[in-house]
Amino acid sequence: MAKAKNNRKGSASKTQAPGADAEPFIIKNCALVSISTAKRALTLRELGNRLQTIQSASIYHHFWGSLLAPRFDDPEYKNDFAAWVRHSLHDAVLAERLAVVDPKEFHDIEDLRRELVELIEERLDESELLTWNRAEEPFIFLRSQIVVFDTHRSIKRPERLPVALSKMTLGSVFYHFIDARSRTETRIDDFSAWLGGFGKRYEAVIDRIARVDPFFNTLHELREQLALITKDAFRRFCQ
Amino acid sequence: MTGLLASYAEVAGKDVVKHLRQLAAPLKTKKVVHVNSTRSGGGVAEILTKLVPLMRDLDIDASWEIVTGDPDFYQCTKSIHNALQGHPGPILPTLIKAYEKTSAENAERLRPVLQDADVVIIHDPQPALLLSHCPDRKGMWIWRCHIDVSRPYRPVWKYLRPFVEGYDASIFSLAAFTQQLPHPQYLIPPSIDPLSEKNMPLETRNVTETVRRFGIDPAAPMILQVSRFDRFKDPIGVIEAYRMANSFVPDLQLVLAGGTASDDPEGEAVLEEVRQAAQGDPDVHILLLPPDSHREINALQRAADIILQKSKREGFGLTVTEGLWKGKPVIGGATGGICLQVANHHTGFLVSTPQGAAMRIRYLFRHRDKIEEMGAKAREFVRENFLLTRQLQDLLTLMVGLMSKAEDRIELG
Repeated sequence: MAKAKNNRKGSASKTQAPGADAEPFIIKNCALVSISTAKRALTLRELGNRLQTIQSASIYHHFWGSLLAPRFDDPEYKNDFAAWVRHSLHDAVLAERLAVVDPKEFHDIEDLRRELVELIEERLDESELLTWNRAEEPFIFLRSQIVVFDTHRSIKRPERLPVALSKMTLGSVFYHFIDARSRTETRIDDFSAWLGGFGKRYEAVIDRIARVDPFFNTLHELREQLALITKDAFRRFCQ
Repeated sequence: MTGLLASYAEVAGKDVVKHLRQLAAPLKTKKVVHVNSTRSGGGVAEILTKLVPLMRDLDIDASWEIVTGDPDFYQCTKSIHNALQGHPGPILPTLIKAYEKTSAENAERLRPVLQDADVVIIHDPQPALLLSHCPDRKGMWIWRCHIDVSRPYRPVWKYLRPFVEGYDASIFSLAAFTQQLPHPQYLIPPSIDPLSEKNMPLETRNVTETVRRFGIDPAAPMILQVSRFDRFKDPIGVIEAYRMANSFVPDLQLVLAGGTASDDPEGEAVLEEVRQAAQGDPDVHILLLPPDSHREINALQRAADIILQKSKREGFGLTVTEGLWKGKPVIGGATGGICLQVANHHTGFLVSTPQGAAMRIRYLFRHRDKIEEMGAKAREFVRENFLLTRQLQDLLTLMVGLMSKAEDRIELG
């Protein structure tokens, strides 16, 4: 049966350790299911208070989980807190401030939590009305459960990466490119970690991958961009 | 790949089926029993008809049982169903007694199967009491609530809650439907079956024939709302929107297609109001269709330029999903699950008034390329998120998660 792992240090960091250039890249896949925490907020004050104590898995879900959740990607408000403040509380100012919060710039979820609470408190200081304003719909804190499984496919050589990427499921893209950042100690994606294991040879590709914004792209777009970058890079290597 | 899985692979993609196989591997040969109250009629039976064979194709030992009872039992469960959806009204003690007695009788019959199962999934309130009669159960029991319980009639929820609390987990369609319960509450939106009569591809010839049969001009612009004649679906608001838009869209036709609503005492009254509001306009087609008119609804949705679902209150709104799957933009009321499916300017428009709906109808007919563009986006959105295969994937993820007893991360070996 399934082996339970509650920590965020996944197996990819071990199987794709830097320096182990002979090791293949093991392609994994994942599925996410959402769970309600049953905690709600109807005002901005309540949102701020709840955010201080809500489990970190919930903050992770509201920033990243929605990438795999069944809903349309909101091109303007990339995290659920910003979208709720805009659409249910109708405060454009805070919505914009929250929308640009980029989770990958924070060391961990606790730092991210502090930033969110700070932004909310700052806005409450600016607008007394927001202290009392009731949202049209409550914010319901969710978390996700992630199941990771082996696809029994692997990439033996970096030149195979572009084709493998273009065929990857969105679950695999999520696991290796998004989830890796919170799962591994190096906080980088699995592709870069694996290429880094070949020494300085692929530094240029790693640099280009680092410039792909995981937050303002859908998983489809991420897959396309990563496949293009690696295809272009390896074509140059072959020339 | 077996026949059924192969059929779904053609529509949802081979990757999706491969994904299901990988996810189902740890559940191989596990006994999973679904229990509801009917084998035919209604959305739950429709889903289970396909879900159970699909699970079996994935080598899961899945089966489907039903609870049966006398008229008092069904009257009680229907009252509970209505009350959970917010209709106030106490339930007579005699009916509650019949509910409890029938549940005990059904438990007697089903106990060996249920107690031996690895996972039991109880659908809706009708069989909810079975758990209390199976003290020696060995598996995980899940209560799958398909209805909108966001604002239940409290006395009835107070009665049912202790029975639901005993489950290992529950599943709701939307976050807004969840309650305070002592176990994990999973969120799994409903889905449509792309291979069912209501959603399968149709020949253009069949579509044209069907709409002609209803006296609709297949060459003229057409907007459609498919729903029961119910005030929450706002059919009068739809007629108002049509009237505000039709002077700008020559030959515009409105089709309101709904069921006969024989079990809904208000249905007849609302239908009469709708007829009066239409004032005999020959371009307003009010169609009363029998419950098994799946192919006709399919054809109407495919023939329409725009789908409307101007509900004032809605659970999930599967007619929206069906419309999007047919590659049509949807103008929907900004409520419930419609907000999850209709993204302004992407898959359609969310509106709050007949005026808002009229403005969007005019906009789309003025920019016909947008109808195509949004329709294509809408179909892909449903393909990825609201097909039966996605619902099955969620269910498998949940079962793997529950059986592993992990909190938030499960790595399969």
